[in-house]
Amino acid sequence: MANLQLLTVEILTAVLGLGLLALGLLVPKSDRRGIGYVAAAGLAAIMVVAFSMREATGVVWGGYIIDPFATYFKVLFLAAALLTAVCSFEYVEKMGLNQGEYYALLVMATLGMMVLASAGELISLYLGLELMTITFCILAAYRLDDAKSAEAGVKYVLLGAMSSAILLYGLSLIYGASGTTVIKEIGQAVAASGAGPALLLGTIFVLAGFAFKVTAVPFHMWSPDVYEGAPTPITGFLSVASKAAGFAALIRVFFGALPDLHEFWVQLFIAMAVLTMVLGNLVAIPQTNIKRLLAYSSISQAGYLLLGIVSFSVLGIGAVMYYAMLYVFGNMGAFMAATAFYNNDGSDTIKDYAGLARRSPLVAAVMLFSLLSLAGIPPMAGFVGKLYLFMAIISRGYIWLAILGILMSMVSVYYYLQVAKAMYLGSPPEGSSTVRVAPGLQVAMIVSLVILFLLGIYPTPLTNYAMNSAVAFFMP
Amino acid sequence: MNFPILTAIMLAPVVGLLFILLIPEREELTIKITAAVATFVSLALSVVVYVLYDYGKGGLQFLQDVHWVPTFGINYSVGVDGISVPMVLLTAIVIFTGVFASWDMTKRVKEFFIFLLMLVTGVFGVFISRDLFFFYLFFEVAVIPMYLLIGIWGSTRKEYAAMKLTLYLLVGSAFALIGIIATFLYASQQLGHATFDIQTLATVKYDLGFQKFVFFLMLIGFGVLVPIWPLHLWSPDGHVAAPTAVSMLHAGVLMKLGAYGLIRVGIFLFPEGAKYWAPLIAVLCIVNVVYGAMIAMVQKDLKFVIGYSSVSHMGYVLLGIASLNTLSLNGAVAQMFAHGIMTALFFALVGNVYHKAHTREIARFGGLAHQMPRVAAGFLIGGLASLGLPGLNNFVAEFLIFMGSFTREQAIMGGILSYRILSVLAISGIVITATYVLRVVKNTFFGPRKTEWDHLEDAHGVEMVPIVVLVATLILFGLLPSLQVDVINSGIAPLVAKIEAAKAIGGIF
Repeated sequence: MANLQLLTVEILTAVLGLGLLALGLLVPKSDRRGIGYVAAAGLAAIMVVAFSMREATGVVWGGYIIDPFATYFKVLFLAAALLTAVCSFEYVEKMGLNQGEYYALLVMATLGMMVLASAGELISLYLGLELMTITFCILAAYRLDDAKSAEAGVKYVLLGAMSSAILLYGLSLIYGASGTTVIKEIGQAVAASGAGPALLLGTIFVLAGFAFKVTAVPFHMWSPDVYEGAPTPITGFLSVASKAAGFAALIRVFFGALPDLHEFWVQLFIAMAVLTMVLGNLVAIPQTNIKRLLAYSSISQAGYLLLGIVSFSVLGIGAVMYYAMLYVFGNMGAFMAATAFYNNDGSDTIKDYAGLARRSPLVAAVMLFSLLSLAGIPPMAGFVGKLYLFMAIISRGYIWLAILGILMSMVSVYYYLQVAKAMYLGSPPEGSSTVRVAPGLQVAMIVSLVILFLLGIYPTPLTNYAMNSAVAFFMP
Repeated sequence: MNFPILTAIMLAPVVGLLFILLIPEREELTIKITAAVATFVSLALSVVVYVLYDYGKGGLQFLQDVHWVPTFGINYSVGVDGISVPMVLLTAIVIFTGVFASWDMTKRVKEFFIFLLMLVTGVFGVFISRDLFFFYLFFEVAVIPMYLLIGIWGSTRKEYAAMKLTLYLLVGSAFALIGIIATFLYASQQLGHATFDIQTLATVKYDLGFQKFVFFLMLIGFGVLVPIWPLHLWSPDGHVAAPTAVSMLHAGVLMKLGAYGLIRVGIFLFPEGAKYWAPLIAVLCIVNVVYGAMIAMVQKDLKFVIGYSSVSHMGYVLLGIASLNTLSLNGAVAQMFAHGIMTALFFALVGNVYHKAHTREIARFGGLAHQMPRVAAGFLIGGLASLGLPGLNNFVAEFLIFMGSFTREQAIMGGILSYRILSVLAISGIVITATYVLRVVKNTFFGPRKTEWDHLEDAHGVEMVPIVVLVATLILFGLLPSLQVDVINSGIAPLVAKIEAAKAIGGIF
């Protein structure tokens, strides 16, 4: 029975997801708005439970690991899902169909991410990945009336399937070379027998599979289109949570199973980090659609996170964890502001943001400070996160990588400021009214903003939480 | 006294800002008064700090220490020494007068004062921080409000200037950040524990190669803000585009952040690196002085004249820093203060004229003293300060700098140049300054009365606050230099001791 206690969070999430599905069928159409509230309340409650279990450790069924590292990410996923749910109330109502399914899928995607973060064995890892990916396919294509949304769904299905296949192929090769699917045992096998060609090939394929999930260049091509087409709250969720889940699993596999091949794969990661930072930031500059801009910015953010992996240290993992958590609030903040604007004006074009500061100081401020956090400008939390990442990478002697990273984040200031320029320097179009923001969304935006400021000015609590979890990961 | 006075100086604008957030937008006067009160609190407390600072004892005083992120040895620790005390006072004076110089602001008043107060919080923070993490954090806080302030309320190619300035400053600070992280990691390894405390970091022995490398990063990082030639391109554009109060803060205080950073972090932590790069700074700063002054001479727009004159005058500060001795470093800090006050005065006056006449073209004016005698008097005093007339604050500063650099005996470029030659060249900058300042004063304010400008009103009411306060400061410290020099010297002495203890090494040339 002790085993099941460790699984409390997952079980609750599954129950919530199925419950929401049932609710959607039972509740009459006119009352469906309540489903969103139930989903949000449920996610909040589970988040509290997950946080209270942050110290728990144990292994279930030989390959499913509960440790502070996994629980940290679960809290992160739940926070992101909660914000997404709150962000969705009005948006989903506008879409006008299947509210129960929408929230149920959201919760199921979260469950998939949890499995991914906890997987200590390749098959459950793959299960979690597919659960997450398939639910996201449906969610991305959720706006039935919109061709772009359908395109997003199809792209995500096709490319997602391909990347899954590649990943699966890599996992099979690793299994073939080591004779086991349990990550820890693979590590021992590799240490004992060294690296053969099958293993190296498997490593490359696995890397490619994960790179797709975390939108690292050159496996990023799907993301701008999918981001643009998917419903805005889902785009936000996709960009923060599935990326974090990808990183959690990636860390688990590369640090748990393949540390002895570090010399080999670190080169690949360096190349990927450089490409991701440079391409993501440079291509973001000419974007005119806010969601595409955020898509490219989100690609570049993956590049910074990769620096933490390259550093291959406790500090690096802690930095990735810290950054991933505040990235939830930074990126979701930007997407929530975009959602609020879309709900009101029905547009995602940056030009239409002209004079937004006059029409809604709150939406403009949330957008501005979220973007500044993404850019790593103090006193926003993003600065502290980037500082940790750069500290990690410099402590390993890669000063040139840090210089490149910092210069690239200064480039990012340029395109973030283009949005700020439209909002603050532009003048509102003739006859435009104030932007009306639903109360729930308003609260969520203010909370995100406050968290970004707080973590920037007083980063200690999250720093300790992230670093302690990282230490626990390295020394179980 | 346990009252955290430095924190209060920094937080007073934040409190004002929060109040302004709550005031409805149309209550413009209430907003302005709130800003004035908030900045007055900072000013009053800064004066208290200046008066109570015990320069006989020296060192860091008014300390406050709070553990912040123990894992990385980050503490919220503040304190001021003889170098930062004048800078805090300077900031307080400039922002307080800046609020009054913006009294006629009518466009989006609420946001303007929110961003202005945000900006000044960052500046205060830099000058009081003893912790490198907070130092950098505050340093960057000042940049983004600046972008919005210039972009929204500026004039003359404002969006271009705002973006150029922001990118220059951010890219510069990126280099400084790399240097800071590298220093932190190096020191943590040597000390065996993590710390961002500047005093502790200064006790570490950094090896020579590291010092050279990191000081160079700092030189670029902080040099952009000074601005050191050829990284100065953002500065005149920024000056001209910015609204009055921001020009005052920008030229008056923000440029000093760069020089302050070079002294506080660059020289203090890496004396040998500083010695190595000093000749380069010395040569570049002469370009600043002479080239800046010459360009200022041919400008047609009043603000551009002052913008380039700032580039020129900050060259003196750099010469003071590059000469690395007691006299010159004293002079550098004094010049930072004096130039800050003087240039804030200039911008307040030009802003005043521009607001009423809607032009800054020198050729269109003439004989303005007939219509605006008070503005003319203020401008004349500022002009006299600018060309280093004894009795005004700038004279003391420049005198010290030239004494310091003239007496430094070190050959540059294998004997082709020496500090002595460079000082002579720098002094020639004063002659050029005299030419353009007097010409501007003559062409703008003196001569026959032009009836075209008869409708202009002289400065009156709250507009007089900046003029009176800034002129009084220039004269006070000009007549009683010891009020300032004793304080500064108490901060410079330990620095010079460190420089002298450092290995004598040849410079880059």
